[in-house]
Amino acid sequence: MRRRISTSVSAAWWAMLGAAGLDRARWRRLPRTTRRAIKAAIWVVIGLLLVWGGGVWQWSALPMAAVILLLVVPRYDRLTFRGRRVGRFVVPTGVLAIAIAYPFYASSNGAVNPGMPQLPIFGPLPQMSTMVGMAVFAMMALGLNFVVGYAGLLDLGYVAFYAMGSYMAGWFASSQFAKQDVFFGAVGVTPGLTGFHFSIWLVLIMAGIATAVVGVIIGLPTLRLRGDYLAIVTLGFGEIMPQIARNGDSLFGTGFNLTNGTGGITPIDPPGFGNWIGHHLHLPANYLTLGTNSDRAFFWTALVLVLITIFTSARLRDSRLGRAWVAIREDEVAAAAMGVPLMRTKTWAYATGAFFGGVGGAYYASYNSGAFPDEFFFNISVFILCMVILGGMGNIWGVLFGACFLEYLDQEGLSNVGAWLNGHFGPGGSVFEVWHKTLQVPLYEFGIYGVIIVVIMLFRPEGLIPSRRRAAEFHEGVHDQPLYDTAA
Amino acid sequence: MLATLLVVGLVAWLIANAYVDGPAYFITIGFIGLTNGALYALVALGYTLVYGILELINFAHGDVFMLGGMFSATMILSVFHLKAGASVGALIAAIVGSLLVAMAACGVLNVAIERVAYRPLRGAPRLAPLITAIGMSFILENIAIAWKGPGYTSVPSVLPHSAVFTISGVSYTWEKLIVVMITLPVLLLLLYLVQKTRQGKAMRATAQDRDAAAMMGIDVNRTISFTFLIAGGLAGAAGIVYALYFGEIRYDTGFSLGLIAFTAAVLGGIGNLPGAVLGALLIGFIQAFNEGLTWHAPGSDWTESIVFSILILILVFRPQGLLGERTPEGG
Repeated sequence: MRRRISTSVSAAWWAMLGAAGLDRARWRRLPRTTRRAIKAAIWVVIGLLLVWGGGVWQWSALPMAAVILLLVVPRYDRLTFRGRRVGRFVVPTGVLAIAIAYPFYASSNGAVNPGMPQLPIFGPLPQMSTMVGMAVFAMMALGLNFVVGYAGLLDLGYVAFYAMGSYMAGWFASSQFAKQDVFFGAVGVTPGLTGFHFSIWLVLIMAGIATAVVGVIIGLPTLRLRGDYLAIVTLGFGEIMPQIARNGDSLFGTGFNLTNGTGGITPIDPPGFGNWIGHHLHLPANYLTLGTNSDRAFFWTALVLVLITIFTSARLRDSRLGRAWVAIREDEVAAAAMGVPLMRTKTWAYATGAFFGGVGGAYYASYNSGAFPDEFFFNISVFILCMVILGGMGNIWGVLFGACFLEYLDQEGLSNVGAWLNGHFGPGGSVFEVWHKTLQVPLYEFGIYGVIIVVIMLFRPEGLIPSRRRAAEFHEGVHDQPLYDTAA
Repeated sequence: MLATLLVVGLVAWLIANAYVDGPAYFITIGFIGLTNGALYALVALGYTLVYGILELINFAHGDVFMLGGMFSATMILSVFHLKAGASVGALIAAIVGSLLVAMAACGVLNVAIERVAYRPLRGAPRLAPLITAIGMSFILENIAIAWKGPGYTSVPSVLPHSAVFTISGVSYTWEKLIVVMITLPVLLLLLYLVQKTRQGKAMRATAQDRDAAAMMGIDVNRTISFTFLIAGGLAGAAGIVYALYFGEIRYDTGFSLGLIAFTAAVLGGIGNLPGAVLGALLIGFIQAFNEGLTWHAPGSDWTESIVFSILILILVFRPQGLLGERTPEGG
């Protein structure tokens, strides 16, 4: 069925192009760069037309389109400078520059910048608080990508690592343990508050390490299991951890308050560099004192964390360990026969993934100034998994795209789409009243993710931006029969 | 060794509890466990049937069960207009009618899910259908939200709560008996179907070796569809039992109960039908004792953690389950 659909789509496409005087043979004769330019130009024009027709048009859309064309069309890969292939850094640097500059354009004083174009249906470009969430979830999705994308192990309990990271921030950067009084480089603590108050930068590292240790503890007994059993066991851990968080205000009747129960731990100290560095290097001493600009600082910091994650991903992927992961993913038996230590390699994947989940969770807890147990549900595990699947398992660009897009949908996109739909087709709709009760689109968020997951797995299992190797595996099939008996 | 210690400790804890609360209360809790177990058995069998034949954890099964509960709630409320204190004849007619409708609807739904989400991925890596199953699970939950809203749908308590019999102050009530009365015939029917009929033989053959079964002239696709039909029917039956017994059902009921039932299936040995029933009864008792007993019981806050700990321990130490045979795949 899926083959039939994709053939008919491509036939329709060629019929359209043929009408414009471009048939298949002529298309093939064109140079590759020209083909890319034509493709990109078609997409950009479609996008501009949509913005012009359905969104809010601003002339700033034209330079944006030009930047996109400039990034996509030329083949920078070939570019060399004194014999070094600097070309492959051009596009990432460009995207990074856009991301860094984005806060200056996105909003002015917390409101949507009126000079920016607005997309049809989706509305204005994301706000800064959304951008922080996108960066944090990009980090976590890249962390999950180590497990799911590289090593090919399905982890349905990634939320456990997120929770662990958040609670590490809650324990070591708040007044949760009020009987202790340890102060180490934290900023923005009200004088007189007790508890552990470590600097957030230290807490991030501590959270990452602690979460990685938890990952190893979970992984050691379970990673011997076959793929689908492993998925269920991780799901079990992902359910147990939040339950401990919810019930941890009086563990086993001892009255020891570990997690403050359903109330969660709040407030958590903000990040900051302290007065000395703030004075001498002009880095913000305390992010919360920046007022409406604090989200920018949070975003840029998150961006640094994402960059570290991307760097680690790329380097580990090409390392000995990364190649061992791919080998295990493709054929466990063959990998073991070639001398890849299965358990150790899998545990490393698990620990690395957990590390970034923990750091992301701790940072997000600091941004939200709290670790609340009702954030940690199975849904979040699937949310992050959906990011990885949508973008493309094993591909850094893909995972980044998936994470940004889905987190945007979660924070703003769905409610914007819902408002648009209700405004046009809802009660008293401007086009035609199709339904008569206000449709609450965000309520169906996870149903939409479910549809995304199913559709992607059926029609394009390698994701929107695939890694070439993963795509081949999905289309040719791999041996994923287990080597080890699951019994002890 | 460890397992023996664990069982001994558990029995000692139970005896201590029976002593603290008195035997009458203990038995009352036991009846609750039995009833829960019967319900879990119906759902667990669905998992085990599908796993046996496809080696796929049908993640959406719990949600099919939940929709079964919604179907029967609709039937009871809007078609039969059943109210508390209805006559016995009306009660039986309504229950049997709703049961049949819910079973048929869930069976068809399950077959459709298999056709759409699992069959195209037969040759794909093993995790692909599991991922689509998770996606289907979310889709079904949202269908339920769209249909019934995010709150609880309540069913009036139509089952009589009077005692069937009373032993030394402990009464076994009709509502619990009715649960067993719905469950038992369905189970027997299923056993007959799998053990004695031609279609059951085809199912067992397909479960053992799909290629060889196909070579012997068995229509594998049809057999798999049939298995999903049966599993869906079981889920539908469980749905009506749940709706009648607990009286309220929500879109996420299927997720949590499905995981418990899956644990039961794994505990008994996944792929093994009597094992699923045994595991379900055990889990039912464990849950009831945990939530009901007073002497050093962790309480209902920890039920899920306990169930998942059992799941993890079983998978790590005895993945073939209590009754399962050891296969090369360890399943």
